[in-house]
Amino acid sequence: MERLNWQLGTVVEIRQETPSVKSLILDVPDWARHAAGQHVDVRLTAEDGYQTQRSYSIASPPEETYLMLTVERIEGGEVSPYLTDELRVGDGIELRGPIGGYFVWETNDERSNNSPLFLIGGGSGIVPLMAMIRHRANSAQTVPTKLLYSSSSYEDIIYRDELGRLSAKDPSLRVIHTLTRRQPENWTGYGRRIDRAMLAEIAWQPAENPLAFVCGPTALVETVATNLQELGYGPGRIKTERFGPTGG
Amino acid sequence: MAGNFISRGFKGRRRETDATLKERIPPGQYETKDFPVLSAGPTPRTSLERWNFSIYGEIGEELKWTWDEFQKLPRETVMVDIHCVTKWSKLDTVWTGVSVDTLLAGIDLDRQPVRYLIAFCDGGYTTNLPLTDVRGGKAWIAYEYDGKLLTPEHGGPARLLVPHLYFWKSAKWVRGFKLLTEDRPGFWESVGYHNYGDPWNEQRYAGD
Repeated sequence: MERLNWQLGTVVEIRQETPSVKSLILDVPDWARHAAGQHVDVRLTAEDGYQTQRSYSIASPPEETYLMLTVERIEGGEVSPYLTDELRVGDGIELRGPIGGYFVWETNDERSNNSPLFLIGGGSGIVPLMAMIRHRANSAQTVPTKLLYSSSSYEDIIYRDELGRLSAKDPSLRVIHTLTRRQPENWTGYGRRIDRAMLAEIAWQPAENPLAFVCGPTALVETVATNLQELGYGPGRIKTERFGPTGG
Repeated sequence: MAGNFISRGFKGRRRETDATLKERIPPGQYETKDFPVLSAGPTPRTSLERWNFSIYGEIGEELKWTWDEFQKLPRETVMVDIHCVTKWSKLDTVWTGVSVDTLLAGIDLDRQPVRYLIAFCDGGYTTNLPLTDVRGGKAWIAYEYDGKLLTPEHGGPARLLVPHLYFWKSAKWVRGFKLLTEDRPGFWESVGYHNYGDPWNEQRYAGD
């Protein structure tokens, strides 16, 4: 297999998604097509040659020209404050990928595209799931899909408007929010951490052979994966990706 | 990339790291004090009554230990540095378990054609290793971390510990080894990760 080489991308746009989250839109010439759910390694180099690397999920669907990374600013981190505070349009950034061949969803995958999708995300764990949702929308897929998305407050919902638009025009896509820390007045959605009862209310029945993708902090992933199994999902039908507090 | 690209305005905050520490962090890694949890699927929970560890394959016999038998094997406590392919390294982690040398002692490996193993686990995870990488005091089946029983999130009841390779080789929830004459890729090795995974040579992905 050929080596994944470092490539130089250029920032073409920066989008403020929430107070602590930005999307970087990158032009990466000769980018190999990725699959929805994959990630890239980003490498930063200081003038004295010091280098450091981190992994970031890809937010853009494979068919789009530009690559989008969505980065949450981790207080005290080494890389995310650089990416969210310092990086400007026109700057270069080194990356290599795409990486990861398990936490992926492809519309042309026989094994998955007839199964209803259950996407469960917490915080910036939405990013790889968003690539799947965008990919599904762009390919006019109607596989029944539910997204259960846990954010701490309304202002912290990443891609809020886009999720609203996509679900409004697509009856086969349902987006369910839960706000764990603070809810706006007249909020009718869930207002607590994802738990067994919430999953039981929302989840597709196991008989429908659903495929679940879970991405977020460890505690959320553990809760969701364990409870989905107890609700009858086979372990092979629950794909997980976890972020520790060490996102950096 | 030619390697002369500079990230404008990037300073990095770890230059104060002392030299000895630097020698312990492989290229592209950073030190963390946390212990992040990563796995591809749900955490399996196996009762100790049903747990066993077996070694079989192209060796004409099968070795098997129940949990109680396994606990009676000589135990070792080791302090090692671990390196995850997702870039974090954790220094001075303390593990207790059984040396793989102890488990393989009953097999006359010099008279066997086997050169590789596939570690298999609850939950279906697998990873492959050359036998030489688990012999000679380099690998353990660990059931305690930091003086406490290993929790399921971190691979309990027991996980393989092969600290000189990226940590995906240290398979969680391990239940045994299949010994093979020919190498065969495991779970991550089949989806783009490096077959061997030496952190010091930054063997993260296939082709590295």
